[in-house]
Amino acid sequence: MDAASSDLLRFITCGSVDDGKSTLIGRLLYETKSLPVDQLASFEADSKRRSTQAGALDFALLLDGLAAEREQAITIDVAYRYFATPRRKFIVADTPGHEQYTRNMVTGASTAEAAVLLIDAQLGLLTQTQRHSCLMSMLGIRRVVIAVNKMDCVAWSREVFETIAAQYRAFARPLGFTALACVPLSALHGDNVAARSAAAGWYEGPTLLEWLEAIDIDTDRTARPFRMPVQWVNRPDSSFRGFAGTIASGVVRRGDTVLSLPSGAESRVARIVTQDGDLDLAIAGQAVTLTLASAIDVSRGDLLAHSVERPVVADQVEATIVWMHEAPMLPGRAYAVRIGTRTVTGTISDLKCRIDVATFGQLAARTLELNDIGICTLSFDQPVAFDPYADNRDTGGMVLIDRLTHETAGAGTLRFALRRSQNLHWHFLDVDKRQRAAQKAQQPRVLWFTGLSGAGKSTIANLVERKLHALGRHTYLLDGDNVRHGLNRDLGFRDADRVENIRRVAEVARLMTDAGLIVLVSFISPFRSERRMARELFPAGEFVEVFVDTALQEAERRDPKGLYAKARRGELRNFTGIDSPYEAPEHPELHIDTATLAAEDAAELIVGYLAGMREVP
Amino acid sequence: MTALPRLTHLDRLEAESLYILREVVAACANPVLLYSIGKDSSVLLHLAIKAFYPARPPLPLLHIDTTWKFREMIAFRDATARRLGFELLVHTNEAGLRQGIDPFVHGAGVYTDVMKTQALRQALDAHGFDAAIGGARRDEEKSRAKERIFSLRSAQHHWDPKHQRPELWNLYNTQLGRGESLRVFPLSNWTELDVWQYVERERIEVVPLYFAAERPVVERGGQLIMVDDERLPLAPGERPRLRRVRFRTLGCYPLTAAMESTAGSVADVVREMRTARFSERQGRLIDHDGAASMERKKREGYF
Repeated sequence: MDAASSDLLRFITCGSVDDGKSTLIGRLLYETKSLPVDQLASFEADSKRRSTQAGALDFALLLDGLAAEREQAITIDVAYRYFATPRRKFIVADTPGHEQYTRNMVTGASTAEAAVLLIDAQLGLLTQTQRHSCLMSMLGIRRVVIAVNKMDCVAWSREVFETIAAQYRAFARPLGFTALACVPLSALHGDNVAARSAAAGWYEGPTLLEWLEAIDIDTDRTARPFRMPVQWVNRPDSSFRGFAGTIASGVVRRGDTVLSLPSGAESRVARIVTQDGDLDLAIAGQAVTLTLASAIDVSRGDLLAHSVERPVVADQVEATIVWMHEAPMLPGRAYAVRIGTRTVTGTISDLKCRIDVATFGQLAARTLELNDIGICTLSFDQPVAFDPYADNRDTGGMVLIDRLTHETAGAGTLRFALRRSQNLHWHFLDVDKRQRAAQKAQQPRVLWFTGLSGAGKSTIANLVERKLHALGRHTYLLDGDNVRHGLNRDLGFRDADRVENIRRVAEVARLMTDAGLIVLVSFISPFRSERRMARELFPAGEFVEVFVDTALQEAERRDPKGLYAKARRGELRNFTGIDSPYEAPEHPELHIDTATLAAEDAAELIVGYLAGMREVP
Repeated sequence: MTALPRLTHLDRLEAESLYILREVVAACANPVLLYSIGKDSSVLLHLAIKAFYPARPPLPLLHIDTTWKFREMIAFRDATARRLGFELLVHTNEAGLRQGIDPFVHGAGVYTDVMKTQALRQALDAHGFDAAIGGARRDEEKSRAKERIFSLRSAQHHWDPKHQRPELWNLYNTQLGRGESLRVFPLSNWTELDVWQYVERERIEVVPLYFAAERPVVERGGQLIMVDDERLPLAPGERPRLRRVRFRTLGCYPLTAAMESTAGSVADVVREMRTARFSERQGRLIDHDGAASMERKKREGYF
């Protein structure tokens, strides 16, 4: 391989387990002499001993390490393999084929510029073929080669090959592939992989390797509008302020006018700095540092673009989401969302449907489980600059991160900004929260009572409200049961409903504090995430979490509404503490242990705590 | 309009690595660069200088010194850190040293665990590093092929291969819980040949042990071991002989085998690699102590 002229192609291989994917990858590594000789020697010995193919090299054995690990469930994972020809270096994302591994295929496809999709000539198009094709299309892969494998098993029949090719082309028409080739081959014998097949004289197209070597890599990336997510601000001293990042698309030249988004501030590119010397222009894929002619506010997370062909800026979007976590996606729950180099808080406001990945049909759904794909609307806590994924893969993807466990929970492709996000503006009102509160001579607060059913939340909250009322305070008590009779009448007790229940109540409480009230919220509110979401709606200090701590045994003994008994008899599903979890607060402002503190004393303690609190600035 | 440049595979690998290095510095509170003195580490330092130019790389180097490295490596380490202006932290497991842990007496397994894995954990804990950058590549070994670029470690520094975070596009998840940390591998997608081609293109200095020279070696179990100092126990009648050898990989001298070679320059090495393609870690004696040994060591916190 000539280091000065060869380039790099990342591709993904897919196909069902028996289509011969391992054999094909093994064959590619072998033919391009990418295998170390010591490995090769042991493979050849292995092959002679174990091969099911008399005399032939069994390339599937090369990836045997993988197969053994598969039993231990490690290889439900992407493995990356490397080979090179004189023209190109290749990185192959080798992903397992089964449906339960959708997330791994999506991971591998996210960085791939092309795909090799295997079809067994004896079997033709399968559901699996369709599923993989839909996922490839969704992830923006536009260059696809169909490897019609095991042609030796159908006697190199031109008719079989052409039927499969025609069927696939018809199926793939709506999927937006710009380069699509079909190659008849035998991975086992090596025909049409690297070397032309003598058996298929009728085939005049390229071999698989020729196709992989020839496809155009990223002229389209360079042809798209200029985008550079700012990764890091470089400030070695007061004389230099540069914005480091990798150009996601397009070309930037010295002297170009650029915008920083979402702010919209404008400046000119003064220098394109690299350690190898300044550049006159830089193209997609290069990691550079830009300095600007004027001092505008730019930081990590901002997106630089030209002033024409701007990216979208919005705080409400529609996106396709692939769920990657064992815990299901819950609409209403807040996640950390990473788009480009920016991380914001985002909430799934609405799950529109789940996608059937074999047909791309839309199914009704309330949550997304592991490996499900759905179309959702999301709202962010601040505006974000992005491009629709179909226009730009590097500025249109996002990952969702669980805010408590920090695990990567899902990934998505942004579709478009919601119209309401762009056209809905805040009305600035003349009378504000401060004035409303001042009129009542009080500080607005939220007292958020959480605890098991029967813990004594409502009893204590009721006593607190009486005391505050007697002190001349303006209060309102939102009680779980009462709100479920009205505002939240449509919600049940499944996890997704519980999340929405809390979201609505938190929003109502926020409106009430805006009106200047002291709001008491008495809700089981079993999940930490939603209590945190509620807390974050309020200014620091305004939200007071009161954990009414009663042991499950004791709450069950009291059972004031007879609900525990029902739940134990199986007449009531998803009951907190029985078959639905309660996540106790880790750092509540007040921790009321009802075993040692009577309700009256607890109420007194809470009122005292409120009186002693500092004013919210 | 001027013609647009074309990016070669080395340009692309370099750009990916710069992005990863910048990401660590932008997103992590207290990162460190693990410096093992080998060719991959030399490339990493070179990339770090490029990534943050004109600023100096805002992170220190950490070297885990087992006290059994080749003497030339230690000399190269100190000279390189000084020349490039890096802060260099060196850590040795003092308890292990006091116990006299020795690869010959205690075996490669115990020695590697105490002087490398435990030493690394001690150093990371002592400095409270939340991200440690290493030069490992996916083409080196099977378990590495599956590791993420941003690889999560528990508070005990353990790697759990079955629960790795999905890693999509270049949107790396750098969020951590209490005590957790990241191991980050900017050279994940480089192959050994890429590394040498880049060393050649960028004229990067590497330890001279990579190039063939007459060196005193003994032959044990088919492997050539260099007699770097008097601590190597010689069997009765065993005498070091001068042979023309070089190293493909560098580590602790008793555990790193040499190969006979005449490759005296980077260009020679690149040429040699294209003809004889032995796997690189074949010269690493610690990788052969039991099936899936790398994976086990990694789970325990080895790099």
